[in-house]
Amino acid sequence: MKHEVFEKNSMLLLIGILVVVSIGGIVQIAPLFWVESTIEKVKGMRPYSPLEQAGRDIYIREGCYGCHSQMVRTLRDEVERYGHYSLAAESMYDHPFQWGSKRTGPDLARVGGKYSDQWQAEHLINPRAVVPESIMPGYPWLAQTKLDVEDIAARLKTLRLVGVPYTDEMIEKAKTDLAAQVTPDSRPARELLRRYPKAKVGKFDGKPGNEPTELDALVAYLQVLGTLVDFTSFDASGPNAR
Amino acid sequence: MAAPGVEERAAFADAMALLGALIGAGIGLALLLGSRDSGMAFHGLLFMLAGLLAAAFILQRSFDGNEPPEASNDYMDGPIRVATIAAVIWGIAGFIVGDVIAWQLAFPALNLDLPWTSFGRLRPLHTSAVIFAFGGNVLIATSLYVVQRTCHARLPGRWAPWFVVWGYQLFIAIAGTGYLLGITQSKEYAEPEWYADLWLTIVWVVYLLVFLGTLAKRKEPHIYVANWFFLAFIVTIAMLHLVNNATIPVSLTNPKSYIVYSGVQDAMTQWWYGHNAVGFFLTAGFLGIMYYFIPKRVERPVYSYRLSIVHFWTLIFLYIWAGPHHLHYTALPDWAQTLGMTFSIMLWMPSWGGMINGLMTLSGAWDKLRTDPVVRLLVVSVAFYGMSTFEGPVMSIKSVNSLSHYTDWTIGHVHSGALGWVAMVSFGAIYCLVPWLWGRRGLYSMRLVEWHFWTATIGILLYITAMWVSGITQGLMWRAYDKLGFLQYSFIETVEAMKPYYMIRAVGGLLFLIGALIMAYNVWRTVRGDEPVDAADQPRIAAAPELRLAPAE
Amino acid sequence: MTYETIATISQVTSLLLFIAMFATVLAYALWPRNGPRFEAAQRRALDLGRGPDGDTGGSGQ
Repeated sequence: MKHEVFEKNSMLLLIGILVVVSIGGIVQIAPLFWVESTIEKVKGMRPYSPLEQAGRDIYIREGCYGCHSQMVRTLRDEVERYGHYSLAAESMYDHPFQWGSKRTGPDLARVGGKYSDQWQAEHLINPRAVVPESIMPGYPWLAQTKLDVEDIAARLKTLRLVGVPYTDEMIEKAKTDLAAQVTPDSRPARELLRRYPKAKVGKFDGKPGNEPTELDALVAYLQVLGTLVDFTSFDASGPNAR
Repeated sequence: MAAPGVEERAAFADAMALLGALIGAGIGLALLLGSRDSGMAFHGLLFMLAGLLAAAFILQRSFDGNEPPEASNDYMDGPIRVATIAAVIWGIAGFIVGDVIAWQLAFPALNLDLPWTSFGRLRPLHTSAVIFAFGGNVLIATSLYVVQRTCHARLPGRWAPWFVVWGYQLFIAIAGTGYLLGITQSKEYAEPEWYADLWLTIVWVVYLLVFLGTLAKRKEPHIYVANWFFLAFIVTIAMLHLVNNATIPVSLTNPKSYIVYSGVQDAMTQWWYGHNAVGFFLTAGFLGIMYYFIPKRVERPVYSYRLSIVHFWTLIFLYIWAGPHHLHYTALPDWAQTLGMTFSIMLWMPSWGGMINGLMTLSGAWDKLRTDPVVRLLVVSVAFYGMSTFEGPVMSIKSVNSLSHYTDWTIGHVHSGALGWVAMVSFGAIYCLVPWLWGRRGLYSMRLVEWHFWTATIGILLYITAMWVSGITQGLMWRAYDKLGFLQYSFIETVEAMKPYYMIRAVGGLLFLIGALIMAYNVWRTVRGDEPVDAADQPRIAAAPELRLAPAE
Repeated sequence: MTYETIATISQVTSLLLFIAMFATVLAYALWPRNGPRFEAAQRRALDLGRGPDGDTGGSGQ
């Protein structure tokens, strides 16, 4: 027997361990990158607009994923409560994913458009003002903090590096697009909508002026969640089966 | 050992260490001046101060002529003492934050409407503090202690072990303050941003080299099985850390980075990491502790050394597949979910093999459960290990998971493992280590260990029963239908129903915290050199090796 | 590559790998000659009584 080899040679023990613990990851993870059926073919997915992406970064900063999932499972009650079950395609531009692991609060995968901007803003500032039994923390500082817009183009560029299809134009116009999303009925807003169809434009925090706050960004992000995929043209069978 | 060149080698080591410390301080200064993000600039400051302190420490040691020359066959215990004390301090910090957020869930006003105290930022602080700061320091202390004793060899390097221990504390400080300042990449149990990750990588590689170096220098032909578990823990965590944290920073002076994976691939990679942080950090590493401290404390060999070998290889092979059970019924392809479930269920087998091996090591010495509360801590921890490694496979079954996932049942399961197994076995190891490391005749007080044991145990039971009830209640309420076929409860009604259980849980956590404070007091008195108040009640093994009486047999 | 192929290949390979690994480890652990050697090695590692070479440790008992 070769047992003494393992016992007596620490380098071989090390290599043995590495081989044994690598197998599982290789078999489970690697195919996800090259098997095409992993991500369904859908219509409507697009990268986040600069304001939505900035809001997403705030969602991450505040640790919202600790209490809210963004993943409707393929279970009857969840589909009735939240809407169509989540597709892999819906998070294909999410770096990192925000599926979450706990629902202290409700799932947010399809929260976009369910509540008005005003409701969302009030709820974030003081959740118990609109839902008395809520145990969510308040986020009043978001309304008072101006959004840091300096590095938004750099952020989109980095996202392009990791595979999000931002065009040169999108990166170049990142700052103007960001301001345009809180300036309804303007020319920049129409241009924004051409680049980012279905983006919601509005005074999210209810305040005048076109210098977005962190609250604007977060509400813009929440309002786009789950609204992009066109489910009327989605076929769950054939190559999209999983 | 007065071979020529020893002093030159030491001087060279000092010079290199000094250079490293100064480079570190320089990088810190660059971040302090270069970053427009105040959080990152603060981390630059921390880094710079740490580098300067290290440089001063090295210079002082290097020129201190009075330093007692340590014989080369002596063990290097200084860094282990630091890690042991750090474990106690971080443990209490982590338990406090945990209990605070438990109360926040019952009384949301406790979030104070401030960014730095809101649940979303404190929760990763709690998880990282208990897993990486408390658990990590326990693992560093015990692994470096055990590898020296079982190999009969001293740790290699004049500065490397010190670097591992203090470098790790710096990582914790950067990661923890980062969460409070909003610097996070949001991957659960891997929240630190790219520069903290890079720093941890450096520290971890040196840790691996120190550990391997000791194995290579060993005077025993056989590598004892506890070291297999420690080695698997160190290398697998290195692999998981590198793969799961593959990010691209927005710029070198910007704390924000984006992970290279997206969506479903990112989810799979994250839970491959996440579940194996449990499997290799919180299980394999602590099994290494079990396989040394239980036989050592009861002075009997492991029940079946053969079983420990089968336990080791099957455990590490199976664990790595279990990740997808965190993603049942999600957009992860079904084949991966099925694999994850199958391997999770199979994992029950080696887990219980290990439990039986740990428990049966006491056969013929069961009376020690009654007479030595430290043994009781160690053994009860193994019992909790058995319980949560049975519960885990059950929860990985898809139909059970459809109910339990996203609820507090998961939280309860994690804590039966974390409090019952990881923390209890750590407490047992700390109670063993402190008199051994500081050369004392025993612990300051065994009665206090007894108190710690009971407060902690009652705290754990309150915690996990509350979470079982709240988790199952919530899962059932979410899927309840009324007579007309509509969902019976709105989401907020299921939140309201949780309140009493959240309060019971917070009380349980408070008891657990009080137990840890009792331990800290006991450790402090022991370290200070106070004579044991109940020396007659302590087994001879409680004393440091040089102070032990001869065996009774 | 279809969904079914991927599912079959991954499940079959993983099972075969596990069987191979398990058989090797069992043979290793249960090899008759190994038992006494394991016992002696762990007694020395844990400093339980005197091993054949005596105690070589610095501060062992």
